[in-house]
Amino acid sequence: MMWLTWRQLRAQIIATAAVMAAVASILSYTRPALVHLYDNSGIPTCNVNTNCAALVTRFLDELSGIKPALYFLSIGLMFAAPAIIGVFWGAPLVAREVDAHTYKVAWNQSITRTRWLTVKLAVVGLAAMATVGLLSLIVSWYSSPIDQAVTLNPRHGISLFRLGPILFDTRGITPIGYAAFAFALGVTAGALIRRTIPAMAATLAGFVAVQIVMTDFIRQHLAAPAHAIVALGTANIDGISQGVNNSMTVHATPSFSQVGAWVLSSQIIGKTGQAFQGAFTQACLGSNFQNCTASIGKLHLRQTIAYLPASRFWTLQWREATIFMILTVLLAGMSFGAISRRRVD
Amino acid sequence: MTDALRSQGLGMRYGHRHALADCTLSIPAGHVVGLVGPNGAGKTTLLHLAVGLLTPASGTIEVLGGKPGSGPAQLAKVGYVAQDTPLYAGLTVADHLKLGAHLNPGWDMAVAAERIERLRLDPRQKAGKMSGGQRAQLALTMAIAKNPELLIMDEPIASLDPLARSDFLRSLADFTAARQVSVVLSSHLLGDLERICDYLIVLVGSRVQVAGEVSDLLASHRMLTGVRADPAIMPPGSTVISASRDGRPRMVLARVAGPVDETAWPGGPITLEDLVLAYMSRATDAPRRESALKGQS
Repeated sequence: MMWLTWRQLRAQIIATAAVMAAVASILSYTRPALVHLYDNSGIPTCNVNTNCAALVTRFLDELSGIKPALYFLSIGLMFAAPAIIGVFWGAPLVAREVDAHTYKVAWNQSITRTRWLTVKLAVVGLAAMATVGLLSLIVSWYSSPIDQAVTLNPRHGISLFRLGPILFDTRGITPIGYAAFAFALGVTAGALIRRTIPAMAATLAGFVAVQIVMTDFIRQHLAAPAHAIVALGTANIDGISQGVNNSMTVHATPSFSQVGAWVLSSQIIGKTGQAFQGAFTQACLGSNFQNCTASIGKLHLRQTIAYLPASRFWTLQWREATIFMILTVLLAGMSFGAISRRRVD
Repeated sequence: MTDALRSQGLGMRYGHRHALADCTLSIPAGHVVGLVGPNGAGKTTLLHLAVGLLTPASGTIEVLGGKPGSGPAQLAKVGYVAQDTPLYAGLTVADHLKLGAHLNPGWDMAVAAERIERLRLDPRQKAGKMSGGQRAQLALTMAIAKNPELLIMDEPIASLDPLARSDFLRSLADFTAARQVSVVLSSHLLGDLERICDYLIVLVGSRVQVAGEVSDLLASHRMLTGVRADPAIMPPGSTVISASRDGRPRMVLARVAGPVDETAWPGGPITLEDLVLAYMSRATDAPRRESALKGQS
């Protein structure tokens, strides 16, 4: 069974290896210049409270030629790789055998279809995980100078930091979990739908949906947040509105600048520690916004911030990867159920 | 000796449609069995149940004493050539033989290689580029080299040209002559099977119409001439299978209980084709007769 699995996967493995080799050589060819620029940028020895932001801005402005393009392309590749594996390795695994009726050949050799699927899932699944794991290593290695820089100054352009939705999904070990999950999703969709093209479409849609749900709704709950109370800087005030009983509600962006932290929520509190609810200041009844924010500044309001510090990166990575591995096992179980049912085509 | 195939009240449904109903068979080992019936009669369903690609909705089926597809040992005993002889389009002839060798403990590579050479198949040719006849021969080679006790084939020659058909049947005949094996093959054309079968199953409208050894079937049926299909005047214990409606003289094909008095009931022996056509037309006429009766009442 190993032989057949390898024989059927061979072309894809060779094509994948060629792409990986090309990516690795391009990235390792351009990386020394990137490292040189970073080492001489002053960022490695900068002070977070004073000059880091400016140095990062200068470093990022100095990045030229192919380097920024490669950085974003490699992020795109990390997003695409698990989806591609799910669509092109996973979905056809059973569905194409049904489409071409070759399952009648495969399942009439002296080997049960359960064993047939076990070997296929294990071999192709491990190949998928190894491929994306290796890609993650190469890309993380290439991108490390830029990752470090943008984490120090996330306000430069797109908000990029390691716990953020773009870098978290494309670094470390979660991509391996995505690859396993996307592959198992493809196999199961193929075994249930039994037609290759619809199974591919369902796999892509399902994978994208699950990744969005994970990023936007679940990841923030995977570790207990830390809390901090900081003074409300007047520059952070975005606006005011009328709350219950004509009280004044202040809206502000979190005045929190811990490096690499992922701010989950913030609340403005008054002297008592309760959510702030006060009467409108005289200045805020007028039309001058600066006078208004200055008057709010005199109230000595504070913000409580719930956040995940940068140090939680690997905890979150392991937990998210574990969730995807559990989903992978559940899907694999479903695919066994699907091929053992009485009707196949 | 265990039967090659034994089923009891076997049934299969797709949704509300019966693909096979109340199929009870007992086929002794050692026969070449022809499974004949029109398209859509349930032949493929029966064969898929026999190799374990389907599990029955009702009833039981045993193949060589075991549950179809139940494990490696059972799978090893049964060779299967599916309808339209599917193969891996991207794999070569040699790859297919390697596949067989890796997945079957009883694989006989010498037999496979000898057949490939005799059939002049190019080992490096991909299955996707082969003709229907070549594909059928490769599929048969794979099933034979597996060393099965029972070889099941689903319309293996339906799509072949006459020459390829003849080659295929000769290959099959060589194989059955050389070993103690049972063969079940289906076709919607009797002509294909007449040459090689010594056991016949007629399947029409998801039901088995008649099954038995060809010689027994021929001996127990007669074509009676000049009689009406009236039970009162038929030979005792006989059953009318079909009667010509407008032909002169009247012809009645009947299953008879024993030797028939030639002077009272003139007639003669039948051919296998007469028999199959009679059972097929009886089965297709039955619903029409029933609805006609309902219309009268």
